[in-house]
Amino acid sequence: MIEVNGLSKSYGDYQAVAGVSFSAQKGEVVGFLGPNGAGKTTTIRMLATYLPPTAGAATVAGYNIVTQADEVRRRIGYLPENPPLYGEMTVREYLKFIAEIKGVPRTEMAKRVDSVMERCFIADVSHKLCHHLSRGYRQRVGLAQAIIHEPEVIILDEPTSGLDPNQIIKIRQLIKSLGETHTVLLSTHILPEVSAVCSKVVIVNRGRVVMESELSKLSRDKSLEQIFLESVSQEDAVDAAA
Amino acid sequence: MRNIWAICKRELLSFFVSPIAYFVITGFTLLIGFFFFNYLSYFARVQDMSAMIALRGGDAPNLNQFVIEGVFQTMVVILVFLVPLLTMRTIAEEKRRGTFELLITSPVSVREIVLGKFLSIAIVLFVMLATTLLFPVLLIQYGNPEIPPIVSGFFGVLLCALGFASIGMAVSSFTENQVVAGVASMVTLLLLYVIQAPAESVGGTATEFFRYLSPLEQLQDPLRGVIALKSIAYFGSMIVLGLFLSQRALEAYRWR
Repeated sequence: MIEVNGLSKSYGDYQAVAGVSFSAQKGEVVGFLGPNGAGKTTTIRMLATYLPPTAGAATVAGYNIVTQADEVRRRIGYLPENPPLYGEMTVREYLKFIAEIKGVPRTEMAKRVDSVMERCFIADVSHKLCHHLSRGYRQRVGLAQAIIHEPEVIILDEPTSGLDPNQIIKIRQLIKSLGETHTVLLSTHILPEVSAVCSKVVIVNRGRVVMESELSKLSRDKSLEQIFLESVSQEDAVDAAA
Repeated sequence: MRNIWAICKRELLSFFVSPIAYFVITGFTLLIGFFFFNYLSYFARVQDMSAMIALRGGDAPNLNQFVIEGVFQTMVVILVFLVPLLTMRTIAEEKRRGTFELLITSPVSVREIVLGKFLSIAIVLFVMLATTLLFPVLLIQYGNPEIPPIVSGFFGVLLCALGFASIGMAVSSFTENQVVAGVASMVTLLLLYVIQAPAESVGGTATEFFRYLSPLEQLQDPLRGVIALKSIAYFGSMIVLGLFLSQRALEAYRWR
């Protein structure tokens, strides 16, 4: 469902992403893990057709992200790092607008808005202005926006940031259940999150993939934390030696 | 079409939930009311004077020329300052709060975004200009102005407002900063407004050229009751140019 092949993005001399490759199948929740500044957000923005890559290629839901961007956009749900909310709209108005531009049929609109608010635990704020929402609610409205049109591929950039522990558990359950029928790519720098919801992990550092593995195939005697630290610090050590 | 309308509705909601639209519309009506009163009292004075002159033969002052034409011309000046206030947030604001990323990654084309936003501004401008129709109605109650110049003048000024809005939007799509967008469009429109100033001194075809570019010059026919193809072509090209530049700027923004 997501096939990434040597995807790169450079800004002048600075290489934000240097040839990232990985894949994600239907029914998988892939954790995209890496320290801050590793190029997670840039990669995700390219996959969501917001930024064009400078080199490499990728297909999302079977369509090329550059040449068939319109087809990709019809099939993805995307939650950027900062939830893209219109402060002067109420949550319900906002979700209705999103349903409209994402092509949800008119007859289903009201039903979808209600069910997605239920799923994301935001029904209690449906008449509040987005402007007045707390960080946790904003994040969940952003998530609702990404799944309202039942996309094939869901791309989430740090979906649980700003949530309290209780909400984190609920949202992780939601993401996990979404993973059963969709492909979910989830960027995060929280390790336990990966073990909790993902079936596969891709670790990136300095714009490169340093490890890609099914979570079940990871060795049992090492924790994800150790694996992460090793793969990230190996890279840094090589760079330091060079 | 559906997407254009969805974007337009959302923009209108923003205009009318926030105080922007109310302030701009009220401000405009208030200013025009003030000028209407002034032109009218000036007309009354001229009429008194000409009553004396008329004894010696001469034309009576014309209500259309003195009041209506004056008010419409004043509207253009006020539009130069108010239209940027309406357009400056359209795209700049979208970029600042990150919703631009949402729109671009949705199955909505850049053209639909631009047209939807322009349509919403056009509706606000229409409402704003329509409030000033109160003044001609007063004139018709108490005097006998010619109707055709009022209709064609309104149409002309509306076209002019749309042209200004289109330019303001283009400027707004080049920046993330609303204030920059506002000031830059004000300066652009003001330059356009005074562009015929050097016309007399340059001479030759350049004179014609500067005159042609002036919106005031292009409004002369509509203000006199003639809807000329020339004026429609002029303001039409201004609108198309602005929309085209906005679309290009947004597409370029994606591919950076």
